[in-house]
Amino acid sequence: MLQYITSYLDPNTKGTPGDVGNIFWAFVYIVLIFLGLSVAVIAMNWLERKILAHMQIRLGPMRVGPHGLLQPIADAIKLLIKEDIMPTEADKLVFWAAPLIVVITAFTTFIVVPFGPSHAVTDMNIGVLFMLGVSSLSVLGVVMAGWASNSHYPLMGALRSSAQMVSYEVAMGLAVVSAVLMTSLSGIGIYATGSASTGTGTLSMIGIVQSQMMQQTWFAFKFFPLGLIALFIFAVAMVAETNRAPFDLPEAESELTAGFHTEYSGFRWSLFFLAEYSAMIAVSSIAVTLWLGGWLRPFPNWLSGETWDMVFALFPGLTFLVLAGICFFSTMRMPKHRYFRVQTIGLAGFGAALAVIGLALFVPPVRDRIQDIYWFVAKVAVFMYLYIWYRGTFPRYRFDQLMKVGWKVLLPVGLGVLILTAVAGVF
Amino acid sequence: MQLVATPFFFYLLSGLSLLGGVLVITRRNPVHSALALILTLLALAGIYLMLYAPFVAGVQIILYAGGIMVLFLFVIMLVSIEKAEKERQFNKLWLVGIPATFAFGTVIVYIFTRSKILPVLLKKPAPVLLESNNTQQVGLVLFGNYVLAFEIASLLLLVAIVGAVVMAKKRI
Repeated sequence: MLQYITSYLDPNTKGTPGDVGNIFWAFVYIVLIFLGLSVAVIAMNWLERKILAHMQIRLGPMRVGPHGLLQPIADAIKLLIKEDIMPTEADKLVFWAAPLIVVITAFTTFIVVPFGPSHAVTDMNIGVLFMLGVSSLSVLGVVMAGWASNSHYPLMGALRSSAQMVSYEVAMGLAVVSAVLMTSLSGIGIYATGSASTGTGTLSMIGIVQSQMMQQTWFAFKFFPLGLIALFIFAVAMVAETNRAPFDLPEAESELTAGFHTEYSGFRWSLFFLAEYSAMIAVSSIAVTLWLGGWLRPFPNWLSGETWDMVFALFPGLTFLVLAGICFFSTMRMPKHRYFRVQTIGLAGFGAALAVIGLALFVPPVRDRIQDIYWFVAKVAVFMYLYIWYRGTFPRYRFDQLMKVGWKVLLPVGLGVLILTAVAGVF
Repeated sequence: MQLVATPFFFYLLSGLSLLGGVLVITRRNPVHSALALILTLLALAGIYLMLYAPFVAGVQIILYAGGIMVLFLFVIMLVSIEKAEKERQFNKLWLVGIPATFAFGTVIVYIFTRSKILPVLLKKPAPVLLESNNTQQVGLVLFGNYVLAFEIASLLLLVAIVGAVVMAKKRI
């Protein structure tokens, strides 16, 4: 038994737990990803409110904990102990199942997300297809929620959501296909890359990153500007897929109160919230994997060599130390009144915890294992920041404008990019 | 690599798909029928996975999720659910359906019990199907041997798209 568990830690074992067939470690990875996602959603909740507030020259949450750090936890507790209301005329079974479907689909996609060459639950031959397919099932949950509520606003929200998701899935799929095409094509002439054309591409998430490593280019910069255009199409479509501003018509609060989840409250509502943020992280990780080199560190060609490898390996620890430094700085700036004593001690403790984590990340064996995960998460974090930035910047689209962008701009451009990618690769 | 295709999963998945199929025809509420249909189709996707055809399973999920979505919307937009729940079935197709089902079932049972070729086929060692390059194999076959059939099918889809545009536009 113990031998079964430790055998995976042997450095000779290559591949994900799913590939090796080690159920114990697959389970450990699933639990870790689940916990990590929950923490990420909590952090994202706080960051979104803070960053949006600062963009609009407000303070944001300030009361619960220093700088409102404990606000998301307070919100979570409030949601859990809130009365759970189900409308009398609602379709009980469908109403109950809808949030479950949304959450399960949002979390299931993470099975194939490659946090590193072996840091994934499993590597599937149909990785990208699996992610797109399972995340497209979440529309179903949204429509079920809207219909089962037996109320007008939710139904309108659900109908909008289904139309929007079905139309943007097409553009998204075309962008993904052009990236998958790049895995097999090396390019000739001005587009020549170092490696030879393999002939057959791959849909596996780990395989896609490995082919970027072999071709020594991120697909965003391959066949310039085709890769960048495909990334742009995907970046627009993924905002529409996750129902976020400026495409948040299914839950446009000025028109539909809260859209498809108007009738939901308490824990059920928090499931929708959780699912929305995990879906955002999931599509961002597809974008990072397909175009931005997944777990590969930036500038592998320009800043290559042992020294630079070492410098980039120090980044994870330094990030945590900088965060700890910010915490200590804020501790000194806390008001010196005795009412704030507990908060000040708490903030200093939080900073100390971050510093300890940061120092632990400098230890060589930890450093080597954590690097891949760090770069992957850092790239996803950029996309998450973009989500907040869009929300603070763009006004909401009108529905006909939304459809026009999807069908008349993104779809033809996507088709063009796909054809040109094939041409650039074959000639 | 452990074998995934255990009999337990086969019976579970086929049981689920049968359950879904029965629910589709017995539920009075058309929305519930559509949801039960999804259950059936997802269970079928699982069976494809057990047959080492992950690509078909993935496509099954993507296509049918979208297809059922549209069905769902048709139900919401076109069918009055209160009316549909009270309505009595007026056609008598079950009179034909039950004998036809029994006849088909008899044929299947006959094949499995009396066939002379089947035992020979079953004794052959199963061909080694590589799950790891299933998608590539599908692609090579589709665009190699069957490219003409594939193109004809896509032409058919093109006709359907043009037809939809013609129907939807007021003035061409």
